[in-house]
Amino acid sequence: MDPFGKYIKAVSARAADKEILKKAQDGGIVSAAYIYGLENGLLDGVIIADKEDGFAAAPKVATTREEILNAAGTKYTVCPNLSVVKSAVREYGCDKLGFVGTPCQVRSIRKAIKYPVGYRHVPDKIALIMGIFCMENFPYNGMKAIVEEHCGIKMDDVVKTDIGKGKFWVYSKWGDVKTIPLKDTHPYEQGSCHVCMDYTAELADISTGSVGSPDGWSTIFVRTAKGEEYLNKMVEAGALETKEIDAVKPGLGLVEKLALTKKEKNGKEVEHRKEIGLPVPY
Amino acid sequence: MVKVAHVQLSSCCGCLVSLADTYEQLLDVLGAIDLVYSQTLADVREIPDDVDIVLLEGSVCLSDHHAMEVALESRKKGKILVALGACAASGNITRFSKGNQMSKPVHDSFAPLTEVVKCDLAIPGCPPSPESIVAVVLAALNGDMEYLEPYAELAKYGSEACGCDLIVKVINKSLCMGCGSCAAACPTRAVSMDAGRPLVDKEICIKCGACSVQCPRIRFPELIEKIE
Repeated sequence: MDPFGKYIKAVSARAADKEILKKAQDGGIVSAAYIYGLENGLLDGVIIADKEDGFAAAPKVATTREEILNAAGTKYTVCPNLSVVKSAVREYGCDKLGFVGTPCQVRSIRKAIKYPVGYRHVPDKIALIMGIFCMENFPYNGMKAIVEEHCGIKMDDVVKTDIGKGKFWVYSKWGDVKTIPLKDTHPYEQGSCHVCMDYTAELADISTGSVGSPDGWSTIFVRTAKGEEYLNKMVEAGALETKEIDAVKPGLGLVEKLALTKKEKNGKEVEHRKEIGLPVPY
Repeated sequence: MVKVAHVQLSSCCGCLVSLADTYEQLLDVLGAIDLVYSQTLADVREIPDDVDIVLLEGSVCLSDHHAMEVALESRKKGKILVALGACAASGNITRFSKGNQMSKPVHDSFAPLTEVVKCDLAIPGCPPSPESIVAVVLAALNGDMEYLEPYAELAKYGSEACGCDLIVKVINKSLCMGCGSCAAACPTRAVSMDAGRPLVDKEICIKCGACSVQCPRIRFPELIEKIE
């Protein structure tokens, strides 16, 4: 099974800007790409997953560095990023829109571009599609159960969540750090994630995620000519620091392992659904 | 030159406006086709014989024999009959017609074209985006059947559509991952996102089908996987 989908090259990278690194989840790739794009005229608006009260996520259209930095970091909860794409074009007047999403959302935007039945004047405005590695996602109340019931931290007090080293981590604004084993979070995943066969956002221009790179760095897959051109500009301008992916640990082997784990597990679920006569995404 | 006719039944002209809204692409389209009939854009009174592509917008009023005749004539004269827009594809807002409307109170039954005659392709949406109309016409010109397959399926099975599709076909089947594609596609803003799931306001939904057609979990044609 093909673990990553088509890609031109893979690198390990982090933002050069210290302020981005301070706020970012890992290497700050999405924030760096967005800020670089806005400040250099490659983008005039970007979709972000903003943090709301109670550490909920909500999609917003951002046009400034501050908005992007405020939204930085992973929320691990559902955020309908596609839902604001049309208002970005109509209300914000964006001509060069940056989009970021989970692998399923990247698939959605690709479908909207190829089959734009209800997306008048949107397809040609999408300037960059970024995808983030994703194993599964939680509905907000599932996430709340994990954080409040299992970790004993109020959602209003959460400043950061993270998944790593087999655990789900919650950081509170009072300095508490709580974890639960990742296996205990599985019952709270949204069921629809279990038919997804995409770990590394295979249809994005640029995909990124922490897995495969050292702490504070991110792994990047460059998949399209557009993505390659964009990334090269960022590297030339000094907005990104990069390393050969073969030179870092744990490297692509771990990404491959996780991607195949997702594909094999969810492939079985897809087969099971077919057996009992349930529809599968096709 | 490929002969194209634009035919209108019970409709608002929105699909035609959408076709004209292609800006410079319209010139490509008009340059590639011979527009042999269009009551708004061409001065022709009769649909000519042997039209390659008939784009028919609007639903068919079953209590109006003229409408029935035009529907049958379009089928007979067009090699490819396209149900253009939600009224022709799935009924759209005309699904709510129940007679007594002015100026003809006896008109009470409106059916989408796909229910009256066999259609080859159906493009839903109210109106469908200019990009989708151009893409379908160009694909039909080039014989790109792979691209057209979803539109051919809609012509066959797409006779009903509304925001309920999201609940019945996606959420109830444990397929919705909350991307928001449906909410953006909705032309009337009947679909909003609530806790990562679509919430449909039935008072505003016009049954155009854009939300479910746009959903990647109902249909994800393989060719989308090819990116460059």
